[in-house]
Amino acid sequence: MQTDLLPATNSDMALFCLLIPLLPLLGFLINGLGNRVLPKSLISLIGCGSVLAAFIISLILFFQFDGRPYVVDLFDWINVGSLRIPFSFMIDQLSLIMLLLVTGVGFVIHVYSAGYMSHDAGFGKFFAFLNLFIFSMLLLVLGSNYVMMFIGWEGVGLCSYLLIGFWNKVTPYNNAAKKAFIVNRIGDLGFLLGIFLLFITFGSVTFADIFQQAGQLHDVNQPVIVAITMLLFVGAMGKSAQLPLYTWLPDAMAGPTPVSALIHAATMVTAGIYMVIRSNVLYTLAPATLDFIAIIGLATAVFAATIGLFQNDIKKVLAYSTVSQLGYMFLALGVMAYTSSMFHVLTHAFFKALLFLGAGSVIHAMSGEQDIRSMGGLRKYLPVTFITFLIGTLAISGIPPFAGFFSKDELLAQVYEHSKIMWAFGLLTSFMTAFYMFRLLFLTFFGTFRGTDKQRHHLHESPASMTIPLIILAILSTVGGFMGLPAVFSENHILSNFLSPIFGYARQAVPSAFEAAHLDHATEYMLMAISVAVAVVAIILAYVIYVSKKSVPADERTELSPLHKLVYNKYYIDEIYNALIVRPLMWLSTGLYRFVEKGLVDPIVNGFGKGVILGGRNLRFLQTGAIGFYLFAMVLSIALILFLNFIIR
Amino acid sequence: MDYILSSLIFIPLLAVLIILCLPKHFTQGIKLVALLATSLQLILSVWLYSAFDASATVQGYQFVQQLNWISLNLQSLGLLQIQYFVGVDGISLSMVLLTGLISVIGIISSWTISKNIKGYFALYLLLVGSVMGCFLALDFFLFYLFFEFMLLPMYFLIGIWGGPRREYAAIKFFIYTLIGSLLILIVMIGLYTSAFDPAATAVRANLAPAGQVVSAEVVAEVQRQVAAGTLTGASIVHTFSIPDMQQAANFIPGSILNILSEKQLWDIPVRYLAFLLLFIGFAIKLPVVPVHTWLPDAHVEAPTPISVLLASLLLKVGGYGLFRIVYPVFPEAAAYYAYFVGLVGVLSIIYGAMCALAMADLKKLIAYSSVSHMGFVLLGLASLTSEGTNGAMYQMFSHGLISAMLFIITGVIYDRSGSRMIDNFRGLAFSMPAFTALVVVAFFASLGLPGFSGFIAELLVLLGAFSSSAVSGMLPRWLAIVATGGLLLGAAYYLWALQRMFFGKHWVHPELKGEPVMTDLTKREYLMLVPLAILVLIFGLFPSLLLNKISPDINYFLQSVLQNR
Repeated sequence: MQTDLLPATNSDMALFCLLIPLLPLLGFLINGLGNRVLPKSLISLIGCGSVLAAFIISLILFFQFDGRPYVVDLFDWINVGSLRIPFSFMIDQLSLIMLLLVTGVGFVIHVYSAGYMSHDAGFGKFFAFLNLFIFSMLLLVLGSNYVMMFIGWEGVGLCSYLLIGFWNKVTPYNNAAKKAFIVNRIGDLGFLLGIFLLFITFGSVTFADIFQQAGQLHDVNQPVIVAITMLLFVGAMGKSAQLPLYTWLPDAMAGPTPVSALIHAATMVTAGIYMVIRSNVLYTLAPATLDFIAIIGLATAVFAATIGLFQNDIKKVLAYSTVSQLGYMFLALGVMAYTSSMFHVLTHAFFKALLFLGAGSVIHAMSGEQDIRSMGGLRKYLPVTFITFLIGTLAISGIPPFAGFFSKDELLAQVYEHSKIMWAFGLLTSFMTAFYMFRLLFLTFFGTFRGTDKQRHHLHESPASMTIPLIILAILSTVGGFMGLPAVFSENHILSNFLSPIFGYARQAVPSAFEAAHLDHATEYMLMAISVAVAVVAIILAYVIYVSKKSVPADERTELSPLHKLVYNKYYIDEIYNALIVRPLMWLSTGLYRFVEKGLVDPIVNGFGKGVILGGRNLRFLQTGAIGFYLFAMVLSIALILFLNFIIR
Repeated sequence: MDYILSSLIFIPLLAVLIILCLPKHFTQGIKLVALLATSLQLILSVWLYSAFDASATVQGYQFVQQLNWISLNLQSLGLLQIQYFVGVDGISLSMVLLTGLISVIGIISSWTISKNIKGYFALYLLLVGSVMGCFLALDFFLFYLFFEFMLLPMYFLIGIWGGPRREYAAIKFFIYTLIGSLLILIVMIGLYTSAFDPAATAVRANLAPAGQVVSAEVVAEVQRQVAAGTLTGASIVHTFSIPDMQQAANFIPGSILNILSEKQLWDIPVRYLAFLLLFIGFAIKLPVVPVHTWLPDAHVEAPTPISVLLASLLLKVGGYGLFRIVYPVFPEAAAYYAYFVGLVGVLSIIYGAMCALAMADLKKLIAYSSVSHMGFVLLGLASLTSEGTNGAMYQMFSHGLISAMLFIITGVIYDRSGSRMIDNFRGLAFSMPAFTALVVVAFFASLGLPGFSGFIAELLVLLGAFSSSAVSGMLPRWLAIVATGGLLLGAAYYLWALQRMFFGKHWVHPELKGEPVMTDLTKREYLMLVPLAILVLIFGLFPSLLLNKISPDINYFLQSVLQNR
């Protein structure tokens, strides 16, 4: 963004830009209004087709892109006082990558959904919501100002709410949906206040204006910039499920599995990372905030990984692993490894979507069963699912040459430069990740089947509409890492080179922060070897426990050791929040209504009424009929009026 | 179309006369007359909206009609002059449009009324005409007349067609608003004795020929002479004209509300007291915590269409009064009490939302959410920033649409089951899917989701309140920060209600009378909810449709308040 933003050079680009979000929106409208009339085949065609078309157009924009960002102005949205908010889209390196990710992975998951949801009565509604989600997410990444980003930001929250509670007959699912929306809203309010502060400080909410002005600042840690970045980060904590606002994400697994893959793994939850990278100038100017982000990210990564160690629900394990991996990405942001964080966003989108869809395939085959204690030996029945799931597991564990290895290795190397203690904790997380992911794999696909006979007879490989997306994502998880080869292998880091212009203003503001302090090759090799070794040890450990010794996690009823119990119950965080926030709030509101509204305000009001009646009843006795008394009262009144007249003057 | 504003006011009143002449049993005819009258009103208000010229600057009252109505020569006290003076500017425009829209929706909603149809529709139209009159009057006396006139039909509409505790609710509503009106009346008289009409005075003092427009120089000359004391007594023409009252130069020297006379009562400047009286008068109508308790009772007892009118239009008269009269006439007091006004605004936002969270009755929940949302109007106004005041006005319009939807929604449930208790229903989404979709739209619109009109309003208000300390120096930042809590609580009570009533396994309390069948929406109900939903979306996606029309005048309003503080 060194060059000034140009308007779109030709009208094709403007039209394309408009079409990208418009197509999914149309898909939403058609499927939403016709969800009970249209046949399923047409619904899935519209649903998938609109996203595919958006993906193809994004590809065209990507290949036409000449390195100069541009904006597409659609109309003046809000124009009040000094506030000018245009409704316009911005195309630059970052939004292009996000476009490809959202529409690409989105399309694959749409195709998968057509198979996964084929027996569901709410098929049309489901595709309508998915398209609405894609639309909102595209708005989020395309918006050229913070308010438009916020529209998308809350819009994806709405879709997340609707899709988590998709099966709305089940009360816990509805609770999960409500919780997701409300916890996200806490974050959103922080984001909103951040936008207000931006407007007051820079007099604009448009990226171009703000970043250009911020590029002129050189003093780091100005209080107002720190406040802005902190407030915006509160929004990211909600949306990207960081401590202490992460609790909604594991519950969000109540939604259908494609939703977990699309919204709660690949795209929406990375919006917080997108936002920080988009605002990199501001964050670079606020190292204090960056330190805070690094600590939160690392704490989240470690914390969620420990919970993941003992979960027995296939989707819950993946959910905690998502929280943990998001923590990694924030850790990277915190040490200013913006590109590495984006790299991990991409590879994580591939392998985590793959793992979720694989889990969906397993759940589909198991007739809805999600407890890994009832699974086992599934690799014989679900060969494609097994192979692809294995690839995903290897990728997340950081085994070369799968995608996760490159991004995680690069990320950890940057953390190592920043702080060796943080790196050690990162490595610990990496160890736990490899362990619980292989625990999940072994318990699900190895050993003997532990479910009921009925489930055993039902076991089958999923249809092609589900396995083909798995294969595509498996390929991406295998080769996706090559867009960012480490420096020891290649001087040409494709992703980093591509993204580098978006850090122009940050580089201009704080040049020192971008001075490359490259690790020497020996250290780099050493770090790589250590992280691979750690993963391999974890895998072997998991193999020994769950394959050789054939141990299966204990039944719900068995007595656990206190520590184990604490972790198994997710540190009782939900219970603590309930006791500290939810219940007091309910008490307060009922208390206010009972004691203030009905006990204080209303009695005073009614008291006036009663007072008047009582007064009238008693004043009646003044009407005595005695002229002398009337004259006396008159004189008194006149005196009073004169007196009042005197005061007012 | 010189008489368009008068037509807007008198079409419904004319329809009242027609209805009174119709035989009692000719119910279809009565309903059709009412529908026709309100539809005509809607068409005229849409035409007015499109014909309104937003580029016109400087206190641009348009479509003005000004006639002498009552003239009384009080000899040495001057001339008493009450005018039939109507006009429209950016501040009233959106309210007129809203009145046109909601009146028709209310008639459609009234279609199922079965008790004393003739009386009902006559009172309904009387109410609509009075509300329209309130929004168009530029003479304080005329405004007050319409303001009082709303009270009477409302009292009977709640007291006769209401629920079981209708008499308590009606009398509570009546007394509350009557107290408000009394406070307004006191200040109105004070203003009348203090303000004069420079143009009419010029004519009376033979400084200008009668029957022609009096030039600005002559007006200034008259103002100068009155200020100097050379024009006094009998030659001064007192006025109720609101535009005249908005200029400090139009106050007689030494009069009680002249800003220079600095009169005090109990050590408080009289003008500040007058501001407070007027403010409380309109705040009761808005309503503002702690003078809000008539609202939940009135809503719970009122029949659905009357609740719709109450929430969508009558509350707005309170906010409109602040915009039209209180702030421009007492700008220095408005600035002085900005903190206080902002504080009660935030109090209303949070307190209303907290009470809504505790409600077991859906209609009461929505009533308290109205209290909460009207708090944003106060907060925006108190900020005295362009964003805040435009947002406050936008909130009035947007809340008018959204609350109409919400009350129709409770009506839909009540019509089928005779109950509105949240706990009596579960899983309504199963039997009423289309209805549920519209409920989701209304709830999310009300909790301020981007894309709906409520978001624009609340965004602008909060931004205005947040930037106020830097721009106009009125409100501290923490007020805006606390107010955002209202958005969070809004999400909580709406989503909780949504979940309890519409999600889960389908179940309706078996003891509800007649074992209600919860069927999906009828055509008539679609006809009310769908247009409202579309409007809420349109004004959420394209706010400039409204903002471009209203903001020049609101900015002018703001400037004049800030200059004269």
